[in-house]
Amino acid sequence: MRYAMAIDTKKCVGCSDCVVACQTENNVPIGYCRDWVVEVTDGTYPQLEIEIRSERCNHCDNSPCVRCCPTGASHYSDGGIVLVTPNKCIGCGACITSCPYDARYPHPDGYVDKCTFCIHRIKKGLEPACVAACPTKCMYFGDLDDPNSPVSEILKVRKYKTLIPEAGTGPQVYYLI
Amino acid sequence: MREEIIVSGRNNYLIDPHLHIWHWQIPLYLFLGGLAAGILFFAAFFTLMGKENKYKAAVKIAPHIVPWVLVLGLFALLLDLKHQLYFWRLYTTIRLESPMSWGAWVLMLVTPLSFIWSAIHIKEIFPRWDWKFKILEDLNAFLTKQKKAIAWVMGTSSVILGVYTGILFSAFNARPLWNTSILGPLFLASGLSAGAAVIMLLSKKHKERTMFAKIDIGIIVVELFLIVHMFMGFLASTQVQINAAELFLGGPWTAPFWIFVVILGMIVPVFLEVLELKKFKIPVVIPATLVLFGSLMLRFLISYAGQESRWLY
Repeated sequence: MRYAMAIDTKKCVGCSDCVVACQTENNVPIGYCRDWVVEVTDGTYPQLEIEIRSERCNHCDNSPCVRCCPTGASHYSDGGIVLVTPNKCIGCGACITSCPYDARYPHPDGYVDKCTFCIHRIKKGLEPACVAACPTKCMYFGDLDDPNSPVSEILKVRKYKTLIPEAGTGPQVYYLI
Repeated sequence: MREEIIVSGRNNYLIDPHLHIWHWQIPLYLFLGGLAAGILFFAAFFTLMGKENKYKAAVKIAPHIVPWVLVLGLFALLLDLKHQLYFWRLYTTIRLESPMSWGAWVLMLVTPLSFIWSAIHIKEIFPRWDWKFKILEDLNAFLTKQKKAIAWVMGTSSVILGVYTGILFSAFNARPLWNTSILGPLFLASGLSAGAAVIMLLSKKHKERTMFAKIDIGIIVVELFLIVHMFMGFLASTQVQINAAELFLGGPWTAPFWIFVVILGMIVPVFLEVLELKKFKIPVVIPATLVLFGSLMLRFLISYAGQESRWLY
C-alpha cells in the first residue's frame, strides 16, 4: 500500500479552502498551517502564465526527516505516511531543518507537527479533509498500488511533476501539469 | 521573470519567512563540543605517546575544564529542545542514521570519560586533594592503572565527537550550504585548533607553548585549505549550492565570515604565532583568544547562514 495525492494545478484556483479545512479538521494551532497555497507567475505582461499549487508534507519515500530523527518519533506509518509521535519527540528540530519543503513546524506544545494525510479519516474510509473540502475537485487521493484508486487513475492519463525530486526525497504528492 | 508567493499566507513560527529553528544554543553547543574534543584528543594523544610530563598542560591541566565545557554544552542543547521533558527519549533509542543520535551517545561516552580523566589528575590542580574514602582511593588507583586504555577510548571518541559537530549540519541536504562533507573535517580541525589554543593559554612552559603554537599553525593551514576546497566544491556544484556559496562570496554573510572567521580567527593568529616562533614577544592570550573567537564564529555563521540557504522550486 502506498498512499499518495495528486493535485491538478490547472483546476486549482488558489481559494485556500484546503488550508482552512485542514486547520479545522486537525485543530491546528492558530497562526500555523500544515498546508499552504503557492502561486507561481511566469513571464512578462501580457504573456503571463500562472501555476497554483496546494502544498503540504510530501510523505516522501526516502524521508530525510525520518532518517535524521534521533528518537524514532518521526516514522513511516501505514501506506508510507510519515507521522510524528508527540511523546517520543524531544523537539530538537533536526527534522525541521532536514525538510527541503519546510513542511514541519514546532507545535506550541513542544513537539513537531505536520500533515498526516488525515490518517484518522483514511482509516474510516474518508478522504483527507483538504481533498474533501476542495470546491474545484482538483485533488485526488488514494493508494498507488491499487490501479483503480482515484490517484492511480489520474496519474495514468495526465502529465505530472513532483517538487524537488533532485533532493532525493521521493515525494508522493504529485502535481498535474 | 518568475514570481513565487504563498497566497494562503503561511507564517509558521521559526519556519517563515526563512528557517530559523536553531538559535545560539546549537552553534554554542557545537563549539563547546569541538573544544572539548580538541582538548581530550591532545590529552589522549600525548599520553599514548608517553609524553605526559613533557606536555603537562595538555595531558594534566587543560582536561580539567572539559567536564565543565561539556556540561555547559549539554545545558545549551537542552535549552534548544522544544519538548524538554522528553529529552530522555534520546537514550531509549539508538538510530545509526541520525547524527543527533550519534552525538547524544558519543557525549554519553565522552562526558563520563572526561570526568574520570579529570579525577585521576585532580592532584595536579589540588596537590592536597584527599579522596577520603578507601573505596574512592582504590577506584582512583585502578583507573590510573588503566590510563592508557582510557586514553585510547577517549582519543577515538573525541575524534568522533569533533567530526560529529560538522556532520550534524552536513547530513541535511535540505540546506545546501551545509550539505558538504567538508564540514566534518573542517569542524574537527576547528575544534582541535580551539583545543590547542586553550592548552597554550594554560601552559606555563615555553617549550610546550611553542609546540602547540606549531600544531595550531598546522591545523589552521589545513582549515584554510578546507575552506577554499569547500567553496570550490560549491561553485562547481548545482545552482542551489552556488547560491549557498554566494551567501559568503558577496552575499549578506560575506563580511562577518571573512573578517571574523578567516582574518581574525585564522590569519592573524597564525601570523602572531609565527612571530612568536621567530622569538618576538607576543602575549599568548592574543592569538589563543582570537582562535577561540574564530572557532565560535565559524559555528555561528555556518549555522545561521545555512538555515537561510534553500532549494528552489
